[in-house]
This record gives sequence, structure tokens and C-alpha cells, in this order.
Amino acid sequence: MEITVKLFAMFRVGRFAAGTYKYREGITPADIAGELKIPEREVGIVLVNSRHAKLDHRLFEGDTLSLFPLVGGG
Amino acid sequence: MGLRDFITAAAPAGLLPWTAQLEAAERFGLTLGKVEEAALESGFMPARYQRNRQTITVDNQLRLCRSCAVIIGSGGLGGYLIEELARLGVGNLVVVDPDIFEEHNLNRQILSSPALLGRPKVEVAAARVAEINPAVTVTPLQIAFSRENGLGILAGSDVVMDGLDSINTRLELAEICRWLSIPLVHGAIGGWYGQVASQLPGDDITPSLFGNWSEPKGVETQLGNPSFTPAVVASLQVAEACKILLGEGESLRHRMIYVNLLHMEFDEVMLEPSRTAVGE
Repeated sequence: MEITVKLFAMFRVGRFAAGTYKYREGITPADIAGELKIPEREVGIVLVNSRHAKLDHRLFEGDTLSLFPLVGGG
Repeated sequence: MGLRDFITAAAPAGLLPWTAQLEAAERFGLTLGKVEEAALESGFMPARYQRNRQTITVDNQLRLCRSCAVIIGSGGLGGYLIEELARLGVGNLVVVDPDIFEEHNLNRQILSSPALLGRPKVEVAAARVAEINPAVTVTPLQIAFSRENGLGILAGSDVVMDGLDSINTRLELAEICRWLSIPLVHGAIGGWYGQVASQLPGDDITPSLFGNWSEPKGVETQLGNPSFTPAVVASLQVAEACKILLGEGESLRHRMIYVNLLHMEFDEVMLEPSRTAVGE
């Protein structure tokens, strides 16, 4: 199935800003972050089709996943 | 001659010069802040705020003069928050930070300088405000904000500014602001990136912002913080605070601005799960 993945901030450095890729059925944002070598602890906001989601959310054909890094400095 | 008559006589064209404000404070035994409040009540703008006019009316300047902002953290974000709120004319600032200035602060923290290394950040903040706008009252608290002392620190304030550097303390801050129904302007930075959002009474921004949170720190531990990111994010926060205090414009309610200065992109993320995010 095809999922559009959007990466924000430094997640896109050395990877990509946005792209549509083929994934296996039942894949989760955590799986995709893992494939992209993005450590889960660095993930702040996860959006699936513009809605906030958890890392273990089950993705479906045509979904758009957005990953934002956790920012906490001041 | 009473205070009002003195101000009226000293304020041709509606502007009260700083020298007259000083003289009034001395002659009538008042703080500079009280003289400022009296001038604004009579429709006179202290001349130092003349370039605020049109953007901020005399009535709104009076609202700012009577307002209290609590700034939690006096570091990268906090320094700019304090500087801008004081110059804007927010009359009462409470500054909370347990730390002293260290060498690694010098690349970005506007209140730091080599001569001030080792000095408490809140003490320096109070001295800075006394220098740039002595009509503003600063309450420096050299303590770490916590769930235990938070209610006492925030109670009675009109807006709370997040200049923290820890995510778990941010969660506690947001929680106490919700208990007290005080607006919170959240800001956080890391490297080229930052985020800003406002939590107004009745809202809870934390599930959206930190719903996947597992670490006490974010990307800033790897990326550090350059000089410009805190300035950008803190300025957005102060614009939010100004609007919240004045009840004007559109605030970042139910939405967050995610700032990417490396690619110069500002993305809007909706914070209510029931709403649809823009930019997808």
C-alpha cells in the first residue's frame, strides 16, 4: 500500500521532505520511523491525515504521515 | 498642584516626557509605574511609548501597564521575553529561574555577558529592566518552578510565558495554568527549529504537543541553540502575550506554529484532534 510521508525540521536532513512510498499492510508510524533510522525518542508530533496519532497507530492505503521532532529547549 | 494637573501641564501634544515622569515620581513620592498609570488614566501616553501608538492605544497601554506576566525561565527565550515585555510596557513581571549565567549561555542569551558570569539570571533580569524601563516592576525569584511552588508563583497573573528547557516541567506548568485558568504562551527551541502555541483557559495543549513524549529533552540536546532561534520564537510569544492581554487579533489557539529557519518554513499544526490540520 502507498503512504505519503512528510518529514519536518532536521528529520528531512539526509532523508527527504516528502514522498509517497510503498509499505506493507498494517505498518505503523513507529515502523516507518525505524526504517528511516529516526529514533522514537526524537519524535514529538505524529500526524496521520492531519490528525494527531500515536506511534503505534495502524496506517492504511493513501494515508499521509507527518513526523515532527521533539523540541524542548529554551 | 496635584499629580493630574502636573501631568497635564507637562504633557503637551499628549506625550509625557521621561524627565517629567521622573520629576512627578519624586515630587509626589510615587513609583514611576504609578506615575505612568496616572498619566495613561488621564489619556496621556508616556513619551517612551510614542511609537507604540496606533498599534497600541493609550487605553491598551494602560491595560498593559496594569498587567502581570510571569516568565518561567530566564535563559535563551526568557531573556528576550523579559526585554520585549518590559519595552512593550507590561507593568509587572515575575521572573523565575534558579540558575546563574555560565559561559555556554553567551552565544544566545541576551541578558548574559562575560562580566555577568556567575550572577543569578533573575537578578540580572531585574537590573536590566530597571535600566531599560524603570516603570516596570520586576519580582525576581531564584527558584526552580515546580508542581509544589507553581500555584503560589502563578496565582494572580494575567499571562504566563514558557521559557523552560525541560519537557516535564513544561507539562507541570501547563497543568497549573489550566487549574488557575491563566493563559500560557508556550515556546520551545532546538537548533534551527522551534514551536509556539497558546493554551487559553479551558484548553489543554499538552496531548497534541507532547503526546508521544518519552524524553525530558528534545533535539536541542544534539543541535544546541544558535543566537537567532530564541529571538524569533520569543518574539512570536510576546506578540501572542500582547494580543492575549489586550483581547485583540487572533491568537495561536488550537494551533501551533512550527518554525524551521533552515528551510525558512513556518508550518501550522492544528492542536485539536477534532480539527483538520493545515499544510498537509
